Amino acid sequence: MSKRNSISLKNGLTAAALALAATAFYGCDNSTAQNSLPIYGEREPVERTVDGKTVIDTIYHQIPDFAFVDQDSQRVTQETVAGKVYVTDFFFTSCPTICPKMKTQMLRVYEAYKDNPNVVLLSHSIDPAHDTVAVLKDYADRLGVETAKWHLLTGDKDSIYTMAEAYLAAAQEDEGAEGGFSHSGDFYLIDQQRRIRGHYNGTEEEDVDRLIRDIPLLLNEKKDEK
Amino acid sequence: MGAFALTTLTQCFTKKKDEGKRLYETHCQSCHMDDGSGLKSLIPPLAQADYLQTQRDQLPCIIRHGMDGSIVVNGVEYNKEMPGVEHLRVDHITNLLNYIQTNFGNDNPRYTMQEVEELLEACPPTR
Repeated sequence: MSKRNSISLKNGLTAAALALAATAFYGCDNSTAQNSLPIYGEREPVERTVDGKTVIDTIYHQIPDFAFVDQDSQRVTQETVAGKVYVTDFFFTSCPTICPKMKTQMLRVYEAYKDNPNVVLLSHSIDPAHDTVAVLKDYADRLGVETAKWHLLTGDKDSIYTMAEAYLAAAQEDEGAEGGFSHSGDFYLIDQQRRIRGHYNGTEEEDVDRLIRDIPLLLNEKKDEK
Repeated sequence: MGAFALTTLTQCFTKKKDEGKRLYETHCQSCHMDDGSGLKSLIPPLAQADYLQTQRDQLPCIIRHGMDGSIVVNGVEYNKEMPGVEHLRVDHITNLLNYIQTNFGNDNPRYTMQEVEELLEACPPTR
């Protein structure tokens, strides 16, 4: 409290403005959290003609097809996640910075949806030259991961970095970074149509709580459409 | 000499006491976690780890130069490279080790700076 009393007027105003913005944000968030999640990425309207009338469809940013290999040498493609909700991230096994925390948090998602076949986890290695199938297998075993749920992916390096862009994720080789790669610690939530519906800080427990709460919204969305 | 006295004096007024904690947060926490619990069978725990007692004399060198290869902590095998932090001074390493040895439920003897200095001088040659 004493700290708060000593802040300058300017800081106080900034704090007040932030608090207001936060209230507005959460107010907004609460109203939507019950119903639906936003759809991220660029969108474009496409006109088409149905029965002589012009109808405008919105084309949303969609994750393109992909083909990687997981820790059990199984091919993992868009077919693996077809009709499912999935959570994805980018990491590398020798990462000395944020990855262990990300994996601690991803384990929580894994535990929460362990028995739900409609939820899949995909963790891409951004160091596929080092992270071979054998290395990923050892890593998964030590994490206590079952393949059917959580795929640790390796493959063509360019393809992995292209996919990172598709998820709007930052990932690059960086000699200056500890471990030789820099990447964001975000988790991305992808819906049954491979659209990005959420991103979360994978090193923050509260943000991952939000992810765990958001997943059922997408699972229920599918039921509603049927 | 004056500068030395000033430095020593200033250190009394800085958060020297928390240095071990700050060093832990900077260099160790992202892998060994906030509570020293480690990560499954990938990263060994520091919390109530027998290794801290059985390998006490090796710890200063491990912090400075890192380690690799297989080790067993509390009966679990780990095999992951740990990077060293070469630029840490003797007093840094002492404070860091004393923080680890007396937190996370650990209640192990502290190190003196002289002890750490001697142990560091005897580090095996690095790769």
